[in-house]
Amino acid sequence: MKLTNGNYVRPPARYSWWLRQGRYFRYMMRELSSLFVGIFSIIMICGLYQLSQGEAQFTAFTSSLWNNFWWLSVITFLFVTYHSYSWFIVTPKAMPLRFSGKKVAPWIIIGAHMILWLICSIFIWFIFTNGGAQ
Amino acid sequence: MNVKLPLKASNKPIIWSLFAAGGTVTALLFPALILLFALAVPFGLLPAELFSYDRIQGMLDNTFIKLIVFALLFLSIWHAAHRMRITAHDFGIRADGFIAFLFYSIALLATILLVIALF
Repeated sequence: MKLTNGNYVRPPARYSWWLRQGRYFRYMMRELSSLFVGIFSIIMICGLYQLSQGEAQFTAFTSSLWNNFWWLSVITFLFVTYHSYSWFIVTPKAMPLRFSGKKVAPWIIIGAHMILWLICSIFIWFIFTNGGAQ
Repeated sequence: MNVKLPLKASNKPIIWSLFAAGGTVTALLFPALILLFALAVPFGLLPAELFSYDRIQGMLDNTFIKLIVFALLFLSIWHAAHRMRITAHDFGIRADGFIAFLFYSIALLATILLVIALF
């Protein structure tokens, strides 16, 4: 691109810069995961709304989600899992901890979050499949 | 530098703590929730009867569960809306005013629908 003063500049790749390098691409996928967080939140809210409308509407919702949109759920699951992984990987930078004056090693902070994630997942699964109406 | 800055009230700490809370609860719970509610039945991991109208309705009769569901979805939808706004900029879309209006409107409508559905 030629400027008015005669110099040349390379125009920035406004739409495609993130395709140029692996780490830019991973950054974009991480940020794009928020789209799928939004999609699943809206699906859950729609499900709760259909639940409030009665049994027929709720059954129609679940059968549509399971039979017609399972592929969207698979994509959503992959992106949201990547969101979790990338969120916990940066925790030592987002919240550097000190314990009795010494810096806590990053792998301990990451590991603690990963274990918490695992415990929460098992807890949710167990509570839902075993709890509720007796 | 020893410049005295005027103390100015800012909404940023509140907004950012909500954003971080949304990212964290989403990261901790969403993969399991998607696996449970969206994938377990089509992939044959759990029987569909576990997700019957009566069972889910019975769980949501509990006010404590209702509040947890509300807090989770409220935080996640606003986290997603705010992050999508920033991401749109990264994708080269420069109409920030419109994008912000669009995503925050969707989040607001979703929040209203959530309140109607739950309470």
